[in-house]
Amino acid sequence: MEHKNIKAWLYLLPALLFLGVFMVYPLIDVFIYSFEESYNFASQTYTGTGSYNYSYVLRDPYFLQALKNTFLLVVITVPVSTGLALLISVGLSSIKPLRQLYQTVFFLPYVTNTLAVGLVFMILFKRTPYTDGFVNLMLSWFGAGPIDFIDGSYAAKMFVMCLYTIWIVMPFKILILTSALASVNQTYYNAARVDGTPAIRVFFRITLPMISPTLVYLVITGFIGAFKAYSDEVALFGTDLNAAGMNTIVGYVYDMLYGNSGGYPSYASAAAILLFAIVLTITCINLLVSRKHVHYIS
Amino acid sequence: MKVTLEHLTKIFPGRGRKSREQVVAVSDLTFEIPDGKLIGLLGPSGCGKSTALNLLCGLLKPTDGRIFFGEQDVTSLSPEKREVGMVFQNYALYPHLTVLQNILFPLQNLKGDKKLTKSEMQKKALDAAKLVQIENLLDRKPGELSGGQQQRVAIARALVKTPRILLMDEPLSNLDARLRLQTREEIRRIQKETKITTVFVTHDQEEAMSISDSIVVMKDGVVQQIGRPQEVYDDPCNLFVARFLGNPPVNLFRGSVRNEKLYIGEEPVMDMKGAEDQDVSVGIRPEGFILKEQGVLTCSLSGVEVMGRDVSVVASHACCLEQTIRAIVGSDTKIDLSNPVIRFDLKPEKVLVFNAQTEARLRVKDAASV
Repeated sequence: MEHKNIKAWLYLLPALLFLGVFMVYPLIDVFIYSFEESYNFASQTYTGTGSYNYSYVLRDPYFLQALKNTFLLVVITVPVSTGLALLISVGLSSIKPLRQLYQTVFFLPYVTNTLAVGLVFMILFKRTPYTDGFVNLMLSWFGAGPIDFIDGSYAAKMFVMCLYTIWIVMPFKILILTSALASVNQTYYNAARVDGTPAIRVFFRITLPMISPTLVYLVITGFIGAFKAYSDEVALFGTDLNAAGMNTIVGYVYDMLYGNSGGYPSYASAAAILLFAIVLTITCINLLVSRKHVHYIS
Repeated sequence: MKVTLEHLTKIFPGRGRKSREQVVAVSDLTFEIPDGKLIGLLGPSGCGKSTALNLLCGLLKPTDGRIFFGEQDVTSLSPEKREVGMVFQNYALYPHLTVLQNILFPLQNLKGDKKLTKSEMQKKALDAAKLVQIENLLDRKPGELSGGQQQRVAIARALVKTPRILLMDEPLSNLDARLRLQTREEIRRIQKETKITTVFVTHDQEEAMSISDSIVVMKDGVVQQIGRPQEVYDDPCNLFVARFLGNPPVNLFRGSVRNEKLYIGEEPVMDMKGAEDQDVSVGIRPEGFILKEQGVLTCSLSGVEVMGRDVSVVASHACCLEQTIRAIVGSDTKIDLSNPVIRFDLKPEKVLVFNAQTEARLRVKDAASV
């Protein structure tokens, strides 16, 4: 028994070492930094310890802006993208012809580089001296606009940001959901048909419970992914996100470490720990809520 | 409810790159199921019996032919309008709903003037649960039930809306041997109590014979024979039916008819009055052998298997199509194991003669042992 345990630990050792060095140690380190005031990487010194970093970050208007942006992004994109992905995958599973083609089309954004997609969005939305962008062109046909989506009002910018995020995250969700839907045993639907179950009821009473574990997985990873948003914003609004008012929490952490105003690892650490706490809380809530409604079928 | 099938045919179009041949799953099915009877559709796998069942319940549309429930033509009706109850082979119980919720499910779908109040539904569900004796399991999930209990829940769910016809697809195949015996009695009892016309599909001849009022033997989508189980067993119309029914299976010999006598090898075993000379296959039921020192059929003895109630004699014969012959004799029979040769007389009504090419039954009047 003892011997077997040693063997098991030996097998786990590489993974544990890796996790320890690259996950646990940095996490602890960041946690320590966040309580050390004015820490300096070069000289490895700090002026004191305490919660000053947190109170600074929480009072920093840029952080509050980033917090607001991130929350809006999460609250809008996760439900919308999951809902749309569900609709599309249900649609995909109920058609036979051209299904492969549609599946490929819907999956394309997933294999496309973020920055390339950003470029496409620029062409769609950005105003330049020569053009108002494709979307404004279309709006003008209906007598509306032009709206400056990239440098204009907060709502317009937020709209583009959410649209972009939804478009980027949906393919993966569609892929996962179509396979989840395909794995639901057809006889359940046959049984429902023989009993004359209306389509809506079949969806809510049979399909949805059957794929609920997959949905929960997508919602949780969706929340985490949206909280960590950063590169998409850079692709749309450039690197100076604070100036655009479109920064996210991760963007704020990055800026504090390396940005124009960079060189504040203590503040960056405090912000990172705050993000960690938020994601942890939300995930716990997600798990608690889903426990009541998810049906894991052995 | 009487059910009538008229020239029912189902053809599946060919699929796949290599074989584009269409598949005739059910061909020209015509028979009538009398009201309140239990009918077994019987055949080897791939014979079209499940397709026939799906045509009856409406999950498949026939290529040709009609289906009547009573006097009503239901051929083009969708499953929900046919008011059938179906028990699926894997039960198809919704795993996230409790037993009670599963049984309530069909009732909650009813619309219009058939809509029930909550308490009516509850009462009907409880009645159905009582009928199949699962009142104490109502709050469980299907995953927490044994196979036999799941089967009962599936039957209760199929019966709860009092269907006009009850259909069961291989209802016993997922149960172990002991439970299978018990459950088939149970199905018989429930069917007798509810008097609902019931059709079930099985590949197990014993299952079909034991509980059906009437069996329909199918092969390659074509009905071979329809009748009461004992009739079909005693009087099969062709070689396939004779081989498919009976356990242990019928013993088959190459034989021939010459001068109105049936020969197995060079031994004449039976008179065949009025039969023309031809090559035949001879099927002899295991219970058709009588041990006799001067018997007409000479076999070499391989051994004896004692099974309590009776004894099965295992022997072989040059003309036998199988490796061994199995003859069942009473347990009081004395068999001399030291003698390598054993001789039998045959009971004429247990000897079934088929044309070797067409496999159709050759019937003779006044068949008698020589």
